[in-house]
Amino acid sequence: MDRKEYDQLAEELKPNGHRVKNGLNAFLYGGVMGAIAQGVLEFFMSIYHCNEKEATPMMIITLVLVACLLTGLGIYDNIAKHAGAGTFIPITGFANSMSSSALDCKSEGLILGIGSNMFKLGGTVITYGIVSSALLGVIRYVFTLFW
Amino acid sequence: MSSHFFGNSVKLENVYISSTGTTCGPLEFAGPLGSYFDKGYDDYHCGEKSFEKAERKMLRDSLDICLKREKLKSKDIDLFIGGDLMNQNTTVHYLARELPQPFVGIYGACSSFCLSMAIGSLMIEGGFVDQVVAMVSSHNATAERQYRYPVEYGVQKKATTTFTATGAISTLLTNKPSSVKVEALTLGKVVDYAQDDPNDMGRAMAPAAYDTIVTHFQDLKRSFKDYDLVVTGDLSTYGHKILKEMMQRNKMDVVRYNDCGCLLYDINQQEVFQGGSGCACSGLVTMGYLYPLLKEKKYKRVLVVATGALLSPMMSAQKDTIPCVAHAISLEVVE
Repeated sequence: MDRKEYDQLAEELKPNGHRVKNGLNAFLYGGVMGAIAQGVLEFFMSIYHCNEKEATPMMIITLVLVACLLTGLGIYDNIAKHAGAGTFIPITGFANSMSSSALDCKSEGLILGIGSNMFKLGGTVITYGIVSSALLGVIRYVFTLFW
Repeated sequence: MSSHFFGNSVKLENVYISSTGTTCGPLEFAGPLGSYFDKGYDDYHCGEKSFEKAERKMLRDSLDICLKREKLKSKDIDLFIGGDLMNQNTTVHYLARELPQPFVGIYGACSSFCLSMAIGSLMIEGGFVDQVVAMVSSHNATAERQYRYPVEYGVQKKATTTFTATGAISTLLTNKPSSVKVEALTLGKVVDYAQDDPNDMGRAMAPAAYDTIVTHFQDLKRSFKDYDLVVTGDLSTYGHKILKEMMQRNKMDVVRYNDCGCLLYDINQQEVFQGGSGCACSGLVTMGYLYPLLKEKKYKRVLVVATGALLSPMMSAQKDTIPCVAHAISLEVVE
């Protein structure tokens, strides 16, 4: 059996991924997460009598804290396997990537373990976050010269 | 020398299995074969501070159980052969510090179980040594950490993923007759069918298993009918299906064929995706489950084809394809 034939056979027998179910789950979990975040935001706005701009960082930090706690307690990955992109895309996904890397490398100590490995997965988000924001800044600047 | 070479296969006459020790993690212990294993742990840490140390402890325990059964000490063994999935064969090498006899570290990824048994058997058949302990281990958390993502990382896994089994197996091979012998073996060649998805090992490894099984049958002029059971190591549900279809298309009569990855877990109840993988998968099923059945003469002859994906995460990131290998050993009841 040559490679082409093999690929055909393997594709025929491939187990079905649950794309529709995963998409729906991501939508639901992501939506619930958004609703919770909105609730937290309004809670901070009402108890501290501040505006939305001031309350947003408080809400983000709260979500990150909860995501890190759930990661440490071994609950987050159990939610994430159902939620998929619903927990992966929001800030909680980033918090989980950092805390899970830190937990994993705890056994190698503070410097060689946690310190150097914490951004193993999240580092790429930061790198390309900064690169793309710099690029967008340049584009925006060029646009403002003409308009 | 009484052995006979047939192509890539060797018929053996003087290699017997006299003892074994099997230890496993919580999921394997709760699985359908759990009661067959000597020792199961409640958690992945096994009372140790890191997962790597936990894997070493499991291997140490399996070795102790194996030797204790025959009332032997480590110094009575002529040679130890071992492999695991970690870089630098971490588990076996760090354990080997405690062993007073020569040690050979081998790497065949998940095929290490059959590879260590095959090399040990050849050493005994050649008359170089009398007693060899072959040992392998794998641990879900250490493998996840090295090959995939952090253990607590929340990611949705692909449907084709397999679950690395947690467990350790030590097997005592000797030239003194006992009830089960290693009767033949086939060393596999490395096969690459241009598969590059590290989350789809069954599909990558099936051609290697196919190659080794066909070679074994051709070399020794046998077929599936000559065995009470043929098991592949860790192709799991998807790879198992592919291999079966490949053999049927080649007009082979596939009977009594299964896969250790499908036997070790309850695929429908336990969350293991396509099934089990890792050195411990084929090792636990063979030495924990099939060996006792051979001893009880419920099976007469069993072929174990341990499959290994020799992938490096670095090369996968460089978009290289995955080389795979499969080694086969045939276990037979001594009449």
